[in-house]
Amino acid sequence: MSAAAIVRGRAWVGDTALFAPVDLELGTTGWTCLLGPSGVGKSTILRLIAGLETGARFEGRVETNRPVALMAQDPGLIGWLDVTGNVTLGARLRGENPDPARAETLIKAVGLADRAHHLPSNLSGGQRQRVALARTLFEDRPLVLLDEPFSALDARTRAQMQDLSAHLLDGRTVLLVTHDPAEAARLGDRIVLLREDGLTEWSVPTRRPDAAARPYDAPEVLALQADLMRGMMA
Amino acid sequence: MRTVLALIVTVLALWQGVIWLAGMPPFLLPSPISVAEALWINRAEITRHAGYTLAEVALGFVLGSALGAALAVAMGFSAKLTAVLRPILTFSQTIPVFALAPILTLWLGFGMAPKIAVTVLIVFFPVCSAFLDGLARTPQAALDLAQVMGASRGRIMRHLRIPAALPYLATGLRLAAVYAPIGAVIGEWVGGARGLGALMIHANGRMKTDLVFAALLVLSVMTVVFARLVAIAVARLWRRYAV
Ligand SMILES: Nc1ncnc2c1ncn2[C@@H]1O[C@H](COP(=O)(O)OP(=O)(O)OP(=O)(O)O)[C@@H](O)[C@H]1O
Ligand SMILES: [Mg+2]
Repeated sequence: MSAAAIVRGRAWVGDTALFAPVDLELGTTGWTCLLGPSGVGKSTILRLIAGLETGARFEGRVETNRPVALMAQDPGLIGWLDVTGNVTLGARLRGENPDPARAETLIKAVGLADRAHHLPSNLSGGQRQRVALARTLFEDRPLVLLDEPFSALDARTRAQMQDLSAHLLDGRTVLLVTHDPAEAARLGDRIVLLREDGLTEWSVPTRRPDAAARPYDAPEVLALQADLMRGMMA
Repeated sequence: MRTVLALIVTVLALWQGVIWLAGMPPFLLPSPISVAEALWINRAEITRHAGYTLAEVALGFVLGSALGAALAVAMGFSAKLTAVLRPILTFSQTIPVFALAPILTLWLGFGMAPKIAVTVLIVFFPVCSAFLDGLARTPQAALDLAQVMGASRGRIMRHLRIPAALPYLATGLRLAAVYAPIGAVIGEWVGGARGLGALMIHANGRMKTDLVFAALLVLSVMTVVFARLVAIAVARLWRRYAV
């Protein structure tokens, strides 16, 4: 198949339908932003693609043909490992030798160079989220699933992390779950809205610059953001 | 420290008071002073026996913990093995060690071996069950992560499940450290002439109650110190693993 991932079907929680039948196909590169109200099943879709257990029963098919990196909504940092240990966990879990220089670069890139040897319990919520981001970037996988990765960050740091992710994840397939229309407007090559009645594809008028996020203050980005907001309120 | 001291003094005073008021004969309840005397007079003998008991306790504890921890890891790997072994383990705990000690002495002779075996039996269970509990409680988020990262079962065990279970193992070890001396003493009661247990039985048989009390006192102190040392060692181990 030419798609990086396909989710086709519907999900149930107990006897109630979570969402109407969806058909989501992710291309081999580019960012797809998934928006939707809380509890509608966005994380469920991500976990399905990652091959993880979900609270829902899914009827249909899920396919992926490449290795996945997942930054889950619960960052799931390992409490007894310091920042570096958390970032390099994947390599150790696969029995590979983690590259310390690369880990250091990424930790620096997410702004935690002076915290490299801190334990998660000594970090703020936003700092923890950035550790999880660095860990996901360290994984170096072609298909990257991000579940509200910047939700705990201040506006400035968030914009920086968006720039960083757009840069480092260039050429890969990214599925980003977000509640923030501004974020979707900056990063999305495609934007899809998930509601109980299924998926709606949102038109994205401008191309995203290569390996970068759109400027946060460009008029067309602000217009798209407002457009999305109206769509979500409808 | 102040309150502990006050408590000890109160207990000693009550003890002495009961003897005065009830006029208990010394072979039923020796006075604190005569116990202290017995302790001093027999210090060489008591020390020798205590050393012997301590060696059994330490060996039994190390062996029992290693065995318990290893079995917990094996059971953590295999749900099938757990299903088979769990009832057997529980069943094994319904047999009083007192009943097993004579048989073990019969099999293993009058030396250290049966005492160590009894200690192993006592230590094994709390360590194994606490550790197994911990191995089953790895945070789901960590397991999900490991699955997506493509980790093998062995590495998940080594890098996530075991470290996550270490606090549970520590609880099991601390508990086992308190019970371990009981195991050794039960073994010594049944057979052989060495160790605090043997000394107690011997002294009891000759109505030397003050010596029994002195040996008991030494056993208690030894247990407290041993448990404390284990707690410290466990805390060290935990810190080393954490970095
Ligand atoms: N383990 C579970 N058991 C039962 N129901 C669950 C479980 N996990 C999630 N659900 C239900 O499935 C539905 C979808 O959950 P999901 O986490 O996918 O929502 P979401 O769209 O990611 O929401 P949010 O934006 O708040 O993160 C929710 O209504 C939730 O109650
Ligand atoms: Mg979610």
